[in-house]
Amino acid sequence: MTTRRQLLTAIGMMGGTAALYQAMTTMGHASETQYKGAPDLSGARSGASVLVLGSGLAGMLAAYELSKAGYKVRILEYQNRAGGRNWSLYGGDTYTELGGATQKVGFAQGHYLNPGPWRIPHHHRTLLHYCKAFGVALEPFIQFNHSGYVHNADAFGGKPVRYREAAADFEGNVAELLGKAIDQKALDAQLTSEDKDKLKEALRGWGMLDQDMKYKANLFSAEHRGYDRPPGGGVDGAPIASQPFPFRDVVSSQIWKNMAFFMNHEMQTTMFQPVGGMGMIGKAFARQVQTMITFNAKVTKIHQDKAGVTVTYADTASGSVTEATSDYCVCAIPLGVLNQIENNLAPAKKSAIAAVPYSNSVKIGLQMARRFWETDDYIYGGHSFTSQDIALISYPNYHLFEDGPGVLLGAFASGAGAYRLAGMTPEQRIEAALAQGSVFHPGTYRKEFQTGASVAWSRVPWTMGCCARWNEETRKTHYQELVKVDDRVVLAGEHASYVGCWMEGALLSSLDAISRLHKRALEA
Amino acid sequence: MKTRAAFLILLALSAPAFAQGGDTPGASTNKARPPVTSEQVYQQVCQACHMADARGGKGAAMIPALAKNPKLEEPGYPIGMILQGRGAMPPLTDLLKPAQIATVVTYVRTHFGNSYKKPVTEADVKMMMGQ
Repeated sequence: MTTRRQLLTAIGMMGGTAALYQAMTTMGHASETQYKGAPDLSGARSGASVLVLGSGLAGMLAAYELSKAGYKVRILEYQNRAGGRNWSLYGGDTYTELGGATQKVGFAQGHYLNPGPWRIPHHHRTLLHYCKAFGVALEPFIQFNHSGYVHNADAFGGKPVRYREAAADFEGNVAELLGKAIDQKALDAQLTSEDKDKLKEALRGWGMLDQDMKYKANLFSAEHRGYDRPPGGGVDGAPIASQPFPFRDVVSSQIWKNMAFFMNHEMQTTMFQPVGGMGMIGKAFARQVQTMITFNAKVTKIHQDKAGVTVTYADTASGSVTEATSDYCVCAIPLGVLNQIENNLAPAKKSAIAAVPYSNSVKIGLQMARRFWETDDYIYGGHSFTSQDIALISYPNYHLFEDGPGVLLGAFASGAGAYRLAGMTPEQRIEAALAQGSVFHPGTYRKEFQTGASVAWSRVPWTMGCCARWNEETRKTHYQELVKVDDRVVLAGEHASYVGCWMEGALLSSLDAISRLHKRALEA
Repeated sequence: MKTRAAFLILLALSAPAFAQGGDTPGASTNKARPPVTSEQVYQQVCQACHMADARGGKGAAMIPALAKNPKLEEPGYPIGMILQGRGAMPPLTDLLKPAQIATVVTYVRTHFGNSYKKPVTEADVKMMMGQ
């Protein structure tokens, strides 16, 4: 008998790696990313030059791979720091947002806030590949914690409940209802009597129903939702079951939204984070391309013609204006910024650049004197969700069990909540985060608070927004125009991908962009 | 009002249905009360980018000032911006109802060094939305 490995090897020999990849995909392997390994940039002409605009992950990866292939590469960066949205704020850092508000970050040594990306799906293989290649140590990001709280102003009298309780009650009640529907012959048209028996067995086991197909306070349901008195030792070892919530409250809590959230492909465990803060990735990339970067360079004009590309930039400190020239250009500037830079790109490309608005988002880090969520609430990492503007608080996945302080994420707001928080002063944001977060930890939250920092992405001077927000219509009209090589210029970044707002999207976009630019260069 | 021209532009647009994408907080159950008065709308939405003093900001690119802005004389201009967005600014129709848009446009046109007295009505906004 031919083993699958032998079969794959045979296909690989006959049809090359593309066929092998295709076959593996069909058989259910390797289907979670479009990453195909290092780009083929062989045969670059010696002396051919590339200007890379922006030293976020997309720009730095382009620079790294193109320079490895033999191109002469130079990067222009607006900030005095490489990494772009891959960024961590540490104690001692200073951050000034648009409008001039300046924050001095006061976190203790080793603690941080990740204003942008903060968790990495296990199937974002491009990012994982380069993390390994560039020596970024990763640790688990605790994504799913059944002990986290869920708070909805419209349910449970506005009191937070544990995720495990609400989720178990939702599933238990749905199982019971479906069982009733079967018994009342509502599903006879769809199911044979054998199917019905199998499904009822499944509902009992999944929903923790008793022999009468009821979801009740007993030791079955307690296995999912928790106990009033957990199993113990000795005299009082016997557990006592807990009482399920009224189903009306469970439905009103919209716990299904949180449950469905964890089912999303991008949100499924295992997830990772770099040891020491997300910014470690940007720093590791920067080490590879350090000598190529010109910092504090504000691009003011991009011009291409038969002879090459000319990029005009101003030094942000002195204001002195310089022109840089190259044969080609990889532009990894966020679209909202690029839209305001004078250029002679093709009209369809300009329309595409102008057509994509950016999301807002606000993150707030709060340092607490002690890790009370661990010691008092038995919460180790993960999230507590709320219907207030802050949307969630997320507990740190590092330094667990330590006696010292911990920095938790006090807000990850989006939409209306993020606009509201962004419009505040940094001090007002902290106050709002403390007031809202106290719903989960009344009594301790304010008492243990020491210092905080916030980043409102709509006021970040170098992006003026969080991420590109495509919709079906703009994808159809503008996406291909946006990613197309325009003579000597190609765009790269999360905005030029279908993995929008993830670092993986920035990297996949970059690899694809430089592969096509290289092909164009060879044809010249 | 040159709202008719803007209206024709808007007719060509389909309602923006933004696909949820990227990293998200995970619940989207926000129950906070939406802003009602003109000042609330300004503070809770516009101010996130245009600032409390409406002077905007300048970094790698700029967020335009609404303060002392002669473009506000034509009410169709700010209404159109809110309905359609521009560049990084998204359309705000998923957040604001026509009455909220009318009240905040009136507010901005009569504050921050602007004095275009004639109020903008909900009907003006609805007309530009093709309703």
